[in-house]
Amino acid sequence: MSLALDLALCALILGAALATVAGGAVFRAVIFFITYGLFLAIGWARLGAFDVALAEAAIGAGLTGVLLLAAHGRLRRMQAGDAPPPAGLNLPAALAGAGMALALGWAWFALPVPATPDIAQALPRSGVGNPVTAVLLNFRAWDTLLESIVLLAALLGVWMLARNDDWNAPLGPRYHALSGGVLVNFGRFLPPIGLCFGVYLVWAGADYIGGAFQGGTVLAAVGLVALMANVVRPPRVSYALLRVAVVVGPAVFLLAGLLAAGFGGAFLTLPPALAKPVILVIEAALTISIAVTLALLVIGPPDDAGRSS
Amino acid sequence: MSLTVFALTGAALVGLGVYGLLALPHLLRRIMCFNLIGSGLFLFFGAAGARGVAVDAIPQALIITGIVVALSASALAVGLVVALARRTGHAALPDEDRTP
Repeated sequence: MSLALDLALCALILGAALATVAGGAVFRAVIFFITYGLFLAIGWARLGAFDVALAEAAIGAGLTGVLLLAAHGRLRRMQAGDAPPPAGLNLPAALAGAGMALALGWAWFALPVPATPDIAQALPRSGVGNPVTAVLLNFRAWDTLLESIVLLAALLGVWMLARNDDWNAPLGPRYHALSGGVLVNFGRFLPPIGLCFGVYLVWAGADYIGGAFQGGTVLAAVGLVALMANVVRPPRVSYALLRVAVVVGPAVFLLAGLLAAGFGGAFLTLPPALAKPVILVIEAALTISIAVTLALLVIGPPDDAGRSS
Repeated sequence: MSLTVFALTGAALVGLGVYGLLALPHLLRRIMCFNLIGSGLFLFFGAAGARGVAVDAIPQALIITGIVVALSASALAVGLVVALARRTGHAALPDEDRTP
């Protein structure tokens, strides 16, 4: 029974992916891509990876979807929004794709099952009850620290694409919302709920499902909804508070790592007695940075051209 | 058995993504295909990590990291595509622009 469910789910995932690649119009491809992300999130839940399912639904389908839709809208205004895919099958590309898929399929059957390291044994020393959070913020904190810096670097890269004259303009394109329309009402109604839900996900992430990334994404979405409904004004690059919010996560993380090194441990090794409060402080700071950075990545560089037209 | 289904789905997703990345000139489509490759690999990796007795937390944490990094890369790529379209009026690379 469950195998039939998984087969049907994988067929839906592959079908949506195929429609993304083969979709006639770019807009249709984007819509199928979002659908694909949601099916994939259900797939992750079926695999028992609930933290990944939340991240995929919120980031992979949600934020990436908003990013692609906004990009399509901007390209369409420049008359570059659409191009039909080339007719017929591109044979070399098809051979490369099929070869890659077959190689991976072969690898699945050929590679030995690795011995799983026993996280459960080390979990009590990590300070948190959710093994995924323990890995992210304690056992493999290096990865997460560098990831938060990658987010910052990507944001700097996006901002660098702004034209010189636009630098002091509000961030992102201008959004139109009909006053009294659905979007404006949602823009006032959803943020308080989303705020509570996002903070809950971060708090619960220590011991249950959730975490700084999933919670931060929900908070980023709250900001985006409010921004698109024109409930809040788009910020500018020069806002000091904005710049602080973007760097506070990596900064606190680095500081905690250095303090751990200073107190006789090694860089980023948390003493078991202090692990829980330290992780909570790092998570709180990270959440602020993740939420603000993700929202700013999605709305794009300061752009005055969209405003005047 | 279900794990094999998900792993092979992941492998097929990577194949689809590679095909689209090579065959489709519109750059927004290429960004989507890049994401297909990424999420296909994550699915393969996640299925491999779920083969033990319990679901392994380390692949899960790495995949969450990967999803966030994929979004950062996509946002930068989208920014570059919009900047290119603003300069040239096309959302395709110059030497592939004339493909019918």
